[in-house]
Amino acid sequence: MRWFAIKSLRAFVTLWLVVTFVFFVLRLSGDPTMILLPDDTDAATRSFYRALWGLDRPIWDQYLRYVAGLMQGDFGISFRNNMDAFQLVRDRVPKTALLGWTALSIALVLGIPLGILAALYRDSWIDRVVMGLAVFGFSMPNFFLGILLILIFSLQLRWLPSSGSDTWWHLIMPAFTLGTGFAAQIARYTRSSMIDVLAKPYMRTARSTGAGPARRVISHALPNAAVPVVTILGFQIGQLLGWAVVTETVFAWPGIGRLLTTAVATRDLAVVQCIMILLAITMIAANMFVDFLYGWLDPRVRVGAGARTA
Amino acid sequence: MTALLRATGLRKSYATGRAGLFRPSARFNAVDGVTLHIKPGETLGVVGESGCGKSTLSRLVLGLAQADAGEILFDGAPLPRADTDDWRRMRIRMQLVHQNAAGALDPRLPVRAQVEEALRIHKRAPERAARALSDVGLPPAMAARYPHEMSGGQLQRVVIARALALDPDLLVLDEPVSALDVSIQAQIVNLIRDLQAARGLAYLFVSHDVAVVRHVADRIAVMYLGRVVEEGPTAAFRTGALHPYTRALLDAVPVPDPGCRGGAVPRIGDPPNPAAPPPGCRFHPRCPFAVHRCRAEPPVLREFAARHHAACHRIEEIA
Repeated sequence: MRWFAIKSLRAFVTLWLVVTFVFFVLRLSGDPTMILLPDDTDAATRSFYRALWGLDRPIWDQYLRYVAGLMQGDFGISFRNNMDAFQLVRDRVPKTALLGWTALSIALVLGIPLGILAALYRDSWIDRVVMGLAVFGFSMPNFFLGILLILIFSLQLRWLPSSGSDTWWHLIMPAFTLGTGFAAQIARYTRSSMIDVLAKPYMRTARSTGAGPARRVISHALPNAAVPVVTILGFQIGQLLGWAVVTETVFAWPGIGRLLTTAVATRDLAVVQCIMILLAITMIAANMFVDFLYGWLDPRVRVGAGARTA
Repeated sequence: MTALLRATGLRKSYATGRAGLFRPSARFNAVDGVTLHIKPGETLGVVGESGCGKSTLSRLVLGLAQADAGEILFDGAPLPRADTDDWRRMRIRMQLVHQNAAGALDPRLPVRAQVEEALRIHKRAPERAARALSDVGLPPAMAARYPHEMSGGQLQRVVIARALALDPDLLVLDEPVSALDVSIQAQIVNLIRDLQAARGLAYLFVSHDVAVVRHVADRIAVMYLGRVVEEGPTAAFRTGALHPYTRALLDAVPVPDPGCRGGAVPRIGDPPNPAAPPPGCRFHPRCPFAVHRCRAEPPVLREFAARHHAACHRIEEIA
């Protein structure tokens, strides 16, 4: 419980730092009225909008008002269409969550077994093929892979729709585009971690006790090899939104990534801030989840169970 | 009495370095023509310096590694091929305890679960784990502990419990006490002896420490660079070792008596590279008695007293 309290406090401080940083950087990046309003807008109209959005106040005043609003669950108003920023973002969350989880599942389902296979058949042709694919998958930029898939499966074969999110068919290509890079990373980490563990004396103990290959891998090698893979998983959940921006743009997937690109381009401050906060919360939650998994996977880092040595 | 284990002419070589395009990789014989047997309920001690092939020998005997040449009969039948079902069933009858007890246990599982696993693999009642742990002198409260919560001596007890839970006929102990403090060593050695007295199982006890081996073994085989140079009943090693190498090993054992300090122990230096063993008798570069014949002609094991063999050309002259 104490552990959880400390973690929560830290998470809260991190979140506050993110909010503050994003707030000031965005406001230093120029006057939103210059971008949002037509070029020939006269000065009086401009100052009207500045006053309306509170941009004429001192920056400290703006900041305190913003933070006070956040405390009450008010994320501000979108400059572009006068809608509640939180509402705008919330409407997009399910689509990105669907894309992200599908991509992550693909990454896990492909990456972990391939990594195990490469480790078990180390230096054989299986290992070389898997690692070759991993290098390919990791080094291929998302936008390129996305366009390549569209060329093959939409334009040539006409199997899959190239854009939109109306059916499950629409999900396939974006999810693979986003998942491939993650799968490659996971495969590499799984492989190297498995190779380490397979050389451990307890693997020999298991074999000399008569444990079959499946039992050795599933109940000894994999759980011990999982720790580094879980670390990577934590990073990936954080990266997911960043990579989703490109993927969502390529496939016209109406998620947070696309909302973010338009919001940044138009200096829609409230929306950008709201997305950044969401991103920070995702990162923090992913990290806490990873810490929790560590404890579950490795009794040596388990909290509460103090080191007893006799 | 028929032997529980009989190994004849065992040979195992390993590659050193990578093979070149036109050059096969160099190989060295870790075990080079070893013959031994163990009777039921008996302890055969194997002594030698590091690199002499002791650990390879224990792996061969258990069928964990495949010998290049030679034959192993366990209870009259050849060992099944590694990792086959027959081979796995054979694990019930022969078990391994090795030096690194901390590494030999899965860090993720409580020790009781690890003993239970051995039983589950062979469809034995997992409840026997508790009994196995108490047999090796661990209090029941320790069963729930993780390996990192236990000391080296306790861990070695767990490893022994795991091996003994299956009720094997043969236990191969590869340097079981080398990683432990001297006081703990004595506890574990005595435990190993008591378990044998209670259960009548046979041991292959491998160690570099002559004093420990002399304490536990019924018979001793001395290995030097992959070969057995002397073999005989333990009593024979107390009264008169034959081979110059064995004598050097025995002279190097410290005597716990302050009145008897600093005898003239012959210093024989480090062993040669096992990858390039010297011709003739492999011990000749370090042997104080070496003559021309030793450099040219490898000696064979000859019987000098009842069941006491040694491989040396000059035993008659130097005895």
